[in-house]
Amino acid sequence: MKQLVIISGKGGTGKTIISGSLATIARNKVMVDCDVDAANLHLLLHPEIQETHQFSGGNKAKIMPEKCTGCGECLNVCRFSAISKTEKEEIIVDPISCEGCAVCFYICPEEAIIMEKSLSGEWFVSQTKYGPFIHAKLGIGEESSGKLVTEVRKKAKGIAEKNNLDLIIIDGPPGLGCPVIASLSGTDLALVVTEPSLSGIHDMERVVQMALHFRTQTACCINKYDINLQNSAQIENWCQKNSIPLIGKIPFNLDVTRSMVQGIPLTEFSENSVSKEIKNIWLELLKLLSMEDF
Amino acid sequence: MILSIASGKGGTGKTTVAVNLALSLKNSHSLQFLDCDVEEPNAHFFLKPFIVQKQQVFIPIPEVEEEKCTFCGKCAEVCAYNAIAVIKDQVLVFPELCHGCGGCSLLCPEQAIKEKGQKIGIIEFGSADNPQFIHGKLDIGQAMSPPLIREVKKHMNSLRTVIIDVPPGTSCPVVESIKGSDFCLLVTEPTPFGLNDLCLAVETLKKLKIPFGVIINRADVGDNKVQDYCQEENIPVLMTIPMDKNIAVAYSEGKSIIETQPSYKQKFLELFKKVQKFIK
Repeated sequence: MKQLVIISGKGGTGKTIISGSLATIARNKVMVDCDVDAANLHLLLHPEIQETHQFSGGNKAKIMPEKCTGCGECLNVCRFSAISKTEKEEIIVDPISCEGCAVCFYICPEEAIIMEKSLSGEWFVSQTKYGPFIHAKLGIGEESSGKLVTEVRKKAKGIAEKNNLDLIIIDGPPGLGCPVIASLSGTDLALVVTEPSLSGIHDMERVVQMALHFRTQTACCINKYDINLQNSAQIENWCQKNSIPLIGKIPFNLDVTRSMVQGIPLTEFSENSVSKEIKNIWLELLKLLSMEDF
Repeated sequence: MILSIASGKGGTGKTTVAVNLALSLKNSHSLQFLDCDVEEPNAHFFLKPFIVQKQQVFIPIPEVEEEKCTFCGKCAEVCAYNAIAVIKDQVLVFPELCHGCGGCSLLCPEQAIKEKGQKIGIIEFGSADNPQFIHGKLDIGQAMSPPLIREVKKHMNSLRTVIIDVPPGTSCPVVESIKGSDFCLLVTEPTPFGLNDLCLAVETLKKLKIPFGVIINRADVGDNKVQDYCQEENIPVLMTIPMDKNIAVAYSEGKSIIETQPSYKQKFLELFKKVQKFIK
């Protein structure tokens, strides 16, 4: 079984459009949305949720006022500025800032602090007309998005193994931080989707370096390449110089927005220049994954 | 005033709004610009600051003094992040999991754990021009951006009007960036993706109790559902920017809108006036 992750560094370059299209082309696969704090793939795949699981990423400190003497020891040890004293000399925890380290819990001489499990999200096992789909929703402003990604990927792997599926396709989050690293680790191939803007180039270079840092095979494609041909040429050169296969150049086409508005994966929405190029990209991905067309 | 620019969904135009607002205000206001998208900072392409100072940022991670350690396992027991493990007569530290809370060193009964700095990124400071520019850059392979964002915000100068460019999403790096703002502008696009993520961003701001308004970018493509949602929820739409290939092309070259279409300056000034009214 192989795992393909789609990442970009910069947000909004077209990861989910490509993931949604690949869902319609690839067979014998599990789809996974690992952009757990702003998931969108479900808007194209229209999942029927079969299982809902609660996710707790960690704990939050809570002060029991009846036991608290207001000594302030906890205030001194908290490194996340999550504990403060009110005007009434009452010590309180800001649950948004609390990272659940529990140092206050251990240090409190009055045992006035408890650590409460915080419910920080949900994840779902769903069925779609394109096959199984695992997705999640992180609680608002929550931590541990990396942990939730790992949880979701574990389930996807289980389902793939159980059903003898050949491929897991992961729609990744933007950026370079913990949820991206969790989405990338242990995959066989990372497809980086970029756009020909200075920001897109800069962010692509960083995310490719990250993928290489974790020793993941990496390929690139340019979305809306015809917005700036000069920058697209620069991306091509950079890829060539760094031995990164550039496996597709997708033109700008307003059908992409139209398909998104209709909630239909682009490759099913219409035959156009974009869907044609995504099909080519798929064939290139198969080669890089050493897989047969299936 | 501290004004943050966020979105939920990536690529909707946060940086575009943030830099054009800064460039429109710079003749009339004393400004500071903080790019808190430390994973992928981009505002410098448009503001072109002259970097005069760099500062490395470290988080404290444990360092065990083997000769003092009795391998009792207390550190592994108290670590909430599984960043330290004790196996027989060996202590293993996993820096990428460490949040730098200091629990292990504080609670070690033998005082065998000291802390050392692990570099996670850098902060770069522009010259003291207007806007005064600061951004953070997370090192490749580092997972934890909030400590770097906190460090960028430590240099906030609240005597100036502060504009904060926020990373995409709704999780901890976003909260860290927005926290303490007087107002937040949410930039979205009129598509189901834009609406879905706008709703998440709205929930985040309600939780943080920070007032906000919406800017709809590429407003004439897509559908009306973002408009409808804002109307139903009584969320002010403070500006709309039409789909314009010229703006996209200028963006791709690192040019601001007002550089190529100066008439937009007035629109951004009006936007700022509206924001000021909300804060008063």
